[in-house]
Amino acid sequence: MGFLKKIFGGGKPKLEAAKIDRLPTGSFTVDSKGKILTSTLPQSFPEIVVKDIGDAVLNSFAEARQANIPVSEMQFHFGGLKITGREQRSGAMIFLAPVR
Amino acid sequence: MGNRHKILVLDDDPDFRELCQELLATLSSEPEISTASTGAHAIAMLEAEPFSLLMTDLKMPSMDGFQVLSVVRRRFPNLRTIVMTGEGDENFRSRAYAIGIDLFVEKPKTSNEIKIFVDCVESMLDREQQGGFRGVQSKSLADLVQMESMSQTSTTLKVTNGPLIGKIWLIGGDLIDAEAGDVKGEEAFKQIMSWRSGTFENLPPDETRERGIFNSVQGLLLDSAQMLDEIAAGEIPGSGGEKEDGGSPLSRLAKQAPGVEFVLTANLAEKKEFEHHACENADQVANWARDTFNKFSSMGEMLKAGKLNHVVALGPQRNAGMASNEGEVICIGMNSRMKTEQVLDTTKKVVVQWVS
Repeated sequence: MGFLKKIFGGGKPKLEAAKIDRLPTGSFTVDSKGKILTSTLPQSFPEIVVKDIGDAVLNSFAEARQANIPVSEMQFHFGGLKITGREQRSGAMIFLAPVR
Repeated sequence: MGNRHKILVLDDDPDFRELCQELLATLSSEPEISTASTGAHAIAMLEAEPFSLLMTDLKMPSMDGFQVLSVVRRRFPNLRTIVMTGEGDENFRSRAYAIGIDLFVEKPKTSNEIKIFVDCVESMLDREQQGGFRGVQSKSLADLVQMESMSQTSTTLKVTNGPLIGKIWLIGGDLIDAEAGDVKGEEAFKQIMSWRSGTFENLPPDETRERGIFNSVQGLLLDSAQMLDEIAAGEIPGSGGEKEDGGSPLSRLAKQAPGVEFVLTANLAEKKEFEHHACENADQVANWARDTFNKFSSMGEMLKAGKLNHVVALGPQRNAGMASNEGEVICIGMNSRMKTEQVLDTTKKVVVQWVS
């Protein structure tokens, strides 16, 4: 019963690099060019990803305007996360909240 | 032995991979077991040959289990998935189920847990073998509910239809409640019964579920069957035979809910392919919907946030809702007086009909 021994032998420590990223919670603001102005997101959340989200939201607002459907707020409902983008006078405020 | 199930075990811990091989080798169905130590290797193996089941750990270096599952759900939607983890964290559990896994189990530590674990895998493979992932292509949902009711089964039926997920609770064959999105009770049951395609599976019964349905199963099934007949005959359900006016499928979709001003569907891959009803600037709206959905779907994958289910856009002149199904995106334009919740509810309602 080799496998029982493996189980009851106690858990082996995992590789040090092994970890699970938690979904981010917080908000940030970007100017109309996508530059991040303020952020309450955890510092561990990569800035490049924050910028990508900001750019994607601004881009979606711009495309909506081109389609003659100007929008002031967009919500993106994922299985585990909700992203809300609100257009501001010169940019956008973006909220990230995990779905409970 | 051509019909043997193939199971792929993904874990960075070689001891646990070996243990799984030993445990799964005891299954009566004698499945073929392959192992992978990294997410990238597992995905490459899934691309190379079909598997019945993927069993994955969550904590792994470079590409963790959530990342693997996000890719797997998109590329191999029919693959059954089990998460085995040493993390009992409720957040991880709900996040994994949100991605669309079939089962979340903690790694077995006692002989009793090993037995339960092996039984779960066996039962999942059994269902697969019997067409147990019983698609409504071969058996209607009404047939299934009737069978479960007559055999006095206690179960929770989970029905997945594109982006829509519904649940039906049965205790001792008695219909207790149903839920489809935010809709509950009889209305949800009828909505689920109107879905014409999709997949469904049995989840463990929930004895604590409060009763939300007070009519008999048979009565509700009859109502649902009548409603489907009326729709098939081009009549407005519940109108006593009043015919729906003609028009394209999209124009009929636009009439599904008050406040809808236009409906547009676009192929997510092909720039030029779209159809619409009453949409001005249709080509630009198609581009907006397509780009938004493609960009944020990729983002969801990168963030390991699960599938992008809906997009809601609120504006001073018009609101809009978006969803996707089988390589297409739907964009529903609505009047600007509707509140956020109404826009989301209307989007879900129209999407139900669209997917059906």
